[in-house]
Amino acid sequence: MKLNRRTIFGTITAGALAMSMAACGGGSDDEAGDGDLASGEITGSGASFPDAFYAAAIEAYAEVNPELVVTYNAVGSGTGKSEFGEGLNDFAGSDSLVKDGDGPAEGSFQYIPTVAAPITVSYNLPGVDGLQLDQETLANIFQGAITTWNDDAIAATNPDVELPDTAITIAHRSDGSGTTSNFTKFLDEATDAWTLGAGDEITWPEGSIGGEKNTGVATVITQTEGAIGYVDLADASETGLVTASIENADGAFIQPTLDATTAALEGAEVAEDLSYNPLNAAGAETYPIVAPTYILLHTEYEDENVAAGVKEFVNYLLTDGQDIAADNNFAPLPDALRQQAVDALNETIA
Amino acid sequence: MTTTASPESPPQVDLGGEARSRRTDKGFTGLVALAGLTVLVVLGLILVTTSVQAWPAIAHDPVEFLTGTDWVPGDEIFGTLPFLYGTLVTSVIAMVVAVPVSIGIALFITEVAHRRSRKYIVTIVDLLATVPSVVFGLVGSIVLIPWVTPIYQWWAGVVAPVPGLNAIFDETNTGRNYFTAGLILAVMCIPIITSISREVFATVPEIDKQGAYALGATRWEMIKGAILPHSFGGLVGASMLGLGRAMGETIAVALVIGGSLTVGTNLFEPGNTMAAVIAQQWGESSGMHTEALIGIGVVLFAITVLINFLARTVVRRAEIKMKGAHS
Repeated sequence: MKLNRRTIFGTITAGALAMSMAACGGGSDDEAGDGDLASGEITGSGASFPDAFYAAAIEAYAEVNPELVVTYNAVGSGTGKSEFGEGLNDFAGSDSLVKDGDGPAEGSFQYIPTVAAPITVSYNLPGVDGLQLDQETLANIFQGAITTWNDDAIAATNPDVELPDTAITIAHRSDGSGTTSNFTKFLDEATDAWTLGAGDEITWPEGSIGGEKNTGVATVITQTEGAIGYVDLADASETGLVTASIENADGAFIQPTLDATTAALEGAEVAEDLSYNPLNAAGAETYPIVAPTYILLHTEYEDENVAAGVKEFVNYLLTDGQDIAADNNFAPLPDALRQQAVDALNETIA
Repeated sequence: MTTTASPESPPQVDLGGEARSRRTDKGFTGLVALAGLTVLVVLGLILVTTSVQAWPAIAHDPVEFLTGTDWVPGDEIFGTLPFLYGTLVTSVIAMVVAVPVSIGIALFITEVAHRRSRKYIVTIVDLLATVPSVVFGLVGSIVLIPWVTPIYQWWAGVVAPVPGLNAIFDETNTGRNYFTAGLILAVMCIPIITSISREVFATVPEIDKQGAYALGATRWEMIKGAILPHSFGGLVGASMLGLGRAMGETIAVALVIGGSLTVGTNLFEPGNTMAAVIAQQWGESSGMHTEALIGIGVVLFAITVLINFLARTVVRRAEIKMKGAHS
């Protein structure tokens, strides 16, 4: 009995420790640079969405410059930004822009876009592929206004498809997510029909199912006949999900491909601080639901070695590293935007 | 005691060291008291610091925080009732399933199983407690859910004409719901409840049991008449510790509960729990959203502490009732 009581207290204490423990980061060795290449350690943390790309790039970069040890912890954009504000990391990854109360002070950071990826609308309807959805129908499906697959609104854009009367089950992310944020932001901006608002979490219609992360949503879709959900391209293609073609701003139905994503970036308007909104971008070939991701750089680094290391690694991400993106289902930046990002990097870290 | 030939017997030599022994004794008392105090201080500090951090979100709208059913972080609407409801519902399901099973296992081990096989069964049950909760969650998500979904749908069809039951087990399109989460929690609680129940049963005096047999009782009559009344308090305590575990479980629940905002009677609907929602939303939260999540933690912590104290009281009372046990 004593043993068990102790276990319970132990659990409480351990939980509290985990809560109070922010991921540790920062710190670098004061070694002198080796020739032109930086050395030491740099740490980044933040968004989990681009983690697959960053991880692959870090691995590839270790072969270019083994002296520079880069670590990236996929703790989520929110945590990444607050750690950045406290100076716990050397750079942060974020899918969303910095808002008041996020941590980083205004003027203390610079956005560097790295890659982008389409958010697929995947569904599970045996025997039905090549589904085309217009923007308003998509909004009505995800807010529960359209409840069966053979609804007239769906049939209207799919004249050649025989639609079953299966009930529609909405699958969404149960965790707070930049993917949810971008997807709902698209529905909110693109259509008048959408009433559920936009954000990292929204209140989904009753009866919809939440899955943990992209893999969780992909699992829900695979397991539930009649399910439809939004999943990043990497998980959708790994799970072998069927993706719908979505109507873009020019009225064309486009499949979520990397080329269509890069096309969307070309059509997007880039702000002065290098943030941009690729949702529903103009162009005949663009896929309308595209999620950008950024790296946040400090405008001032105390340690020169760290600054040199960050600059070198981010420069790699924007140059040779872009080739790695496609292998991991991320779309590289179009040349113009990439050049802007490189210029901003050189300006931020002299 | 037998007398010795010499007046200066060894006991007197021991007596010479007694003063030092007493000092050591006092030192030891102080040391363990300090250890005990550490736990209290840590608990207190957790409660204070988390409350302070969560305060802005709670003070933002205290009534809504505890009774609101909408959770829209973007608009600073933080109603935690759906999560509180989910925690209670899943825990109750877990208890309804786990308590009878655990008491059954404990009775089997102490009264029925062969002495030699007993220790193997104990080891196996205890092994269940060492399985990481994320493994339970993954098995639930990938294996259990596709398997139970048709069973749920069949059962909802069977009870559809029965008033009352059809509200609890209504139509569903998914196995990601309160019921699955409750079942998984039950499996996780079983080792805790079993092992405490076993110890409780072991404290039943042999003479009581033999007395029952001597009066001509069968084994079941002996269990009913001698063991269960004697152990009742202890069993309640065991169940409450299991309940604490069920309420605080995070990742296993997060993976199977379906993460939706509902306060409904249908156990086959997706929902969410307090611990799960903290884990799901923490990484992407900021500002008042983070504070609200900590606030959920404070409420959960308060409930868990309450249950622990309740369990302690019940267990102590039961121990006092049992002869020879000191709390």
